Amino acid sequence: MQSLSNRAKKLEAKPMTLAERAYLPAIFQGLSITMRHFFRAATKKQVTVRYPEEQRPFSPIFRGLHVLKRDEIGRERCTACGLCAVACPAEAITMVAGERKKGEENLYREEKYAVSYEINMLRCIFCGLCEEACPKAAVYLQADKMAPPRFERDEFIYGKDRLVEPVSPDARSKRGIQLTPEQAAALAQRMAQPDFK
Amino acid sequence: MIELPTLGWQSIVILVVFGVSLLIATYCTYAERVIAAFLQDRVGPDRAGPFGLLQPLADAVKLFTKEEFFPAGANKALFIMGPCLAMITALMSSAVIPFGNVIQFGNNVFNLQGIEVNIGMLWVFGIVSLGVYGVMIGGWASNNKFSLLGAIRAGSQNISYELAMGLALIAVLMISGTLSLREITLQQSAAGEWHFWNIVKQPLGFIIFLVCAFAETNRTPFDLPECETELVGGYHTEYSSMKMGLYLFAEYVNVFVASAVMSVLYFGGFNFPFQYELRDWFVNSQGWELMSAQNLISVLGLLGLFGKIFAFIFFFMWVRWTLPRFRYDQLMRLGWTILIPLAIFNILLTGGLILGGIIK
Repeated sequence: MQSLSNRAKKLEAKPMTLAERAYLPAIFQGLSITMRHFFRAATKKQVTVRYPEEQRPFSPIFRGLHVLKRDEIGRERCTACGLCAVACPAEAITMVAGERKKGEENLYREEKYAVSYEINMLRCIFCGLCEEACPKAAVYLQADKMAPPRFERDEFIYGKDRLVEPVSPDARSKRGIQLTPEQAAALAQRMAQPDFK
Repeated sequence: MIELPTLGWQSIVILVVFGVSLLIATYCTYAERVIAAFLQDRVGPDRAGPFGLLQPLADAVKLFTKEEFFPAGANKALFIMGPCLAMITALMSSAVIPFGNVIQFGNNVFNLQGIEVNIGMLWVFGIVSLGVYGVMIGGWASNNKFSLLGAIRAGSQNISYELAMGLALIAVLMISGTLSLREITLQQSAAGEWHFWNIVKQPLGFIIFLVCAFAETNRTPFDLPECETELVGGYHTEYSSMKMGLYLFAEYVNVFVASAVMSVLYFGGFNFPFQYELRDWFVNSQGWELMSAQNLISVLGLLGLFGKIFAFIFFFMWVRWTLPRFRYDQLMRLGWTILIPLAIFNILLTGGLILGGIIK
């Protein structure tokens, strides 16, 4: 067939040399390559890690498990405006809003708060749009935590019990994030005062 | 007439060889994983026990608790017989391998060997040839096309490569003039000289034998009977539970026996360099009795032989994780048009060298 572009490269199948036909030189070459890798791995330079004990470092801008933040005196910041749910492309967030009652001012920062707030971690794509949408700086995606694997699907629907960050400096929950020492000290100081609300 | 102490000793040795074969096969599964992992820059199994050393136990528990599956339309008796045959034949061939020189207790001299027969090499070949029946019967009884294809491949492959293997062996037999593995080993034990090992006289024959050993044990690059990518698993597609385990085990026992046979035939068996100098040094300079010095040499030789065997087993695994599988027509061409003519040429060459008095 006539070549249209004249750029076709002519290929010839060269007959193999005796060394190539004898297989053995190529085999020894291959064996030496794998042996190099053997010694590299044996001297502790494996490319894999022993996962639960060792973990690869997260990127500082990694978007992991969500947290609902409290303000500096321990009140929930979320006001249940629903902007995060609207922004969510995966429709993973649902919430029920409620009105703050008298005497609950030390619990909720705004007059309206989320009675329930649920994120379905199986739907969530961890894009971070909820974080951008939030006007109250309440929802954040943590850079150092992932949603761990579980056996049941309904265990992936995270409610407020697992999303809101723990209140007191020593309420160390496995699920929430811990306050920094400065935050914890400030919070403890505030709570010790008699007019703490 | 075999005397009673010898008979008792032989029973003990056979039991020990049986146990050691199984132990080595067990830890071959672990070694294979670790070596595979290292060759691919990975970590390998390290969860069960220190360094993952209990991994074979975990595997055995897993295999034993799996469902025993019988495919519809399978011939049940033959289906069970397949893995049994594979395992029995694999274990039988190690009986004649001389694992060490003599051990002396007072007036009793014992061979570190199961049975000393003057046709040892024929015994190994006969049993290895029977081994293919395990694969053939298992593949046929599975009532599965892939299994049958794998079994047919195994049959034709083993028959083809046994020819070249036998021809390579003939050159060794021309030098040694005996079929007894113990005799062949002792002939390679010239004082202080490692170059009396047969590998020096038979380099070409050794390469042919090695390639054929890979084919006979169904190891990569000649693992066409299993051939996961084309035949799903070949002859053991339909096997589950410990019947599957027996097939895998038989393969590793075969690797062990093939390594032992190669060590004995070409690498001096239980001989190691300067063994007689070492014995004489113990006798003359240290004032040991000749008997205990000889016993020490025998034990060291035993360890040396196992070192050679482990080196070969490592080589088997090293090659497995380096080379891809041959195509079926390439396999047949290699066997019939390259290895067999080469082996015949090797026989002629050896004959010429013997006639010329260069090797004896």
